[in-house]
Amino acid sequence: MDFEFTDEQRQLREALERFLIKEYSFDRYRAIKASPQGWDKQVWHQLAELGVLGVNVPSEQGGLGFGPLETLAIMDVCGPSMLLEPLTSSAVIATTLLNGFVADSAVSELLRHLAAGEQIAVLSHHDADARSELQWVSASARRAGNGYVLNGHKAVALHANLADTLLISARTAGQPGDARGISLFRVPHDAAGVTLIGYPTMGGQLAAEVVLKDVQVPGTHRLGEEGKVLPAIESALDVGLAALCAESVGVMQALFKATVEYLRTRQQFGQPIGRFQALQHRVADMLIHLEQARSMSYLAAMRCISTDLPERRRALSAAKIIVGQAGRFIGQQAVQLHGGMGMTEELNVSHLFKRLTASEFLFGDTDSHLQKLAALTRST
Amino acid sequence: MHFELNDEELAFRDSVREFVRTKLPESISRKIFEGQDVSRDDMVTWQKVLAAQGWGGVGWPKQFGGPGWSAMQMHIFDEESALAGAPRLNPFGLRMVAPVIMAFGTAQQQQRYLPKIASGEEWWCQGYSEPGSGSDLASLKTRAVRDGDSYVVSGQKTWNTLGQFADWIFCLVRTDPQAKLQEGISFLLISMKTPGVTLRPIKLLDGSVEVNDVFFDQVRVPIENRIGDENRGWTYAKFLLGHERTNIAGVGIAKRELRRLRRIAGEERKNGKPLIDDPLFAARVAQIEADLMALELTTLRTISAEKNKRAPGPEASVLKVRGTEIQQAISELTMLAVGPYALPWRREALEAGYQVDPNAEVGPPYAATAASRYFNWRKLSIFGGTNEIQKNIISKMMVGL
Repeated sequence: MDFEFTDEQRQLREALERFLIKEYSFDRYRAIKASPQGWDKQVWHQLAELGVLGVNVPSEQGGLGFGPLETLAIMDVCGPSMLLEPLTSSAVIATTLLNGFVADSAVSELLRHLAAGEQIAVLSHHDADARSELQWVSASARRAGNGYVLNGHKAVALHANLADTLLISARTAGQPGDARGISLFRVPHDAAGVTLIGYPTMGGQLAAEVVLKDVQVPGTHRLGEEGKVLPAIESALDVGLAALCAESVGVMQALFKATVEYLRTRQQFGQPIGRFQALQHRVADMLIHLEQARSMSYLAAMRCISTDLPERRRALSAAKIIVGQAGRFIGQQAVQLHGGMGMTEELNVSHLFKRLTASEFLFGDTDSHLQKLAALTRST
Repeated sequence: MHFELNDEELAFRDSVREFVRTKLPESISRKIFEGQDVSRDDMVTWQKVLAAQGWGGVGWPKQFGGPGWSAMQMHIFDEESALAGAPRLNPFGLRMVAPVIMAFGTAQQQQRYLPKIASGEEWWCQGYSEPGSGSDLASLKTRAVRDGDSYVVSGQKTWNTLGQFADWIFCLVRTDPQAKLQEGISFLLISMKTPGVTLRPIKLLDGSVEVNDVFFDQVRVPIENRIGDENRGWTYAKFLLGHERTNIAGVGIAKRELRRLRRIAGEERKNGKPLIDDPLFAARVAQIEADLMALELTTLRTISAEKNKRAPGPEASVLKVRGTEIQQAISELTMLAVGPYALPWRREALEAGYQVDPNAEVGPPYAATAASRYFNWRKLSIFGGTNEIQKNIISKMMVGL
């Protein structure tokens, strides 16, 4: 048993951390967020140069050929910076998903572009009515000649409006709720019939509604077997869930640090407010939550590619529960302990809090995962 | 980073598992699984079984006759024992006074006391808390006055656990009332058979008698029974409190009791359907399961980081708080799972060998102990340094506030 990063993982992590401290300060984050694009292509290229975008890309395609542990190592140092760029969406989820279809030469080429930071790919899967059930896909893909015609509406697809290539799931058979009958297509963002309604989310990251109206897709753009890709989508989202947990721990760590610093410096009643036991105990509770969440982010990274499916599901649901609850507690208490200052736009505290809150909605919220874990418990 | 036990640890786990499976008397494990009381004899029997294996000094280094296990091996042993239904070992000798004697005792004291702790021949209890000194332990008032080659001890200790079975008590006493609170304390080992030592049982809310008041009336204690230097006792006391929290996360016990809760919830019916299928109840169980997974990993992280250190640092406070909260949550949910049959209050059901009269059955057997356990386990967040004291330690030592 060993909870340390290897030297290689540590080097990658430290290089990224140095870069973010220098190039992605809170002021820079605010400037990028306020810019018309809402993200920074320059930063994206720099992340590619650092190798960060290639962490999950095989070395044959110009990546580092690493996996979830290296993803863990980079994601928690990203947390405090609140990256607006689509690191989890493109470099983790879409990349992991595409890895499964690397025998397809177009996919191999796409992965090469992703690692180099020249392109962005985003999975667009979730239905508005689905919440946490991945098999709830209502978008349709009807066969037409050698290709398909896609129709449907994907809800709150994070970073979809940044993508060059959208990875879109749609039904070639069955009904919403059926695990079989789901197929996957790669679709250029500007294909005829694709409408992206973009907007910022509460956490600052961009997202879009993806509206598909008679979108024609050649048969060669289908990824994997017709009707059988749900397991691949689930696997990619599991790796994404683990990455999100690690990033959230980084966000919590930043909130914790900011709060402790504030309690040391803010004076009331002639002393630093950190001398008051009511506040000390709140900080102790924050630290306890943080450490439980950190432990579970490790477990998620460790189990997210496990072939033992019940064990994988159990670990990931438990991780999302613990990280979600810790995030809510730490976020709320960080605002509370900063008093009025916690309510302002000018401190990073409120931004970090919103980022954590946004993360709780992604990949199944806390209650959905409680239900999943309960169902797993019943069946064992 | 990897979470798997290495081959050596796996082999160790298997050997412990096999040992406990073959050597732990079923008459004892049955009581543990039924939530019944275990007796002094049960605890001593288990200690002697361990001693026969050469494991009597569980957690001790080899030079003092222990098996010389690593912190990870110790964790594995605790977990395997708990899961198999072994009774807890009396910690006051093994895990509390023994490390103090090893670190600060004379060679003579080490030879006199340690072997009999490991063999199960002598039972130890603790004389720390006093009626006016709980969390503020350093304010203790029990006096020890030098008289020739003896101390004469007078005062009262309380919340003394299982002292009714004890041969020895280790005590914090005030030897210099003029000095600052922490600087006038000494650490004495006192035979419970010494004239002037009397014990008054305290009955608890669940009906159990596991704690006592201990009175000292002009008790003569030879000077050679003092550990270390006079007036340095606080240093030794703090060292001991660090060890007290080592195993306090209680992951193995929590796992065992969570399994039991699931079994009970599978047998209980709510409106005709298995309780475990009730979505709200199932979610409550799932919450505890997630909490316990997080605690287990945090425990393993702490052990892993402590590889080369002997006593745990302030991280132990995090484990104490979470561990006790989780155990309390399980006992609470177990009581709620039982439903109305938690109400009948039958102390005899907790006693060993209790047989249900088939003509006068009152609810399932596990129901009879559910409420008592819930009430009894409220102690977990109070003893070993209250959880509020633990949070003081966390904010001071880990956060630096």
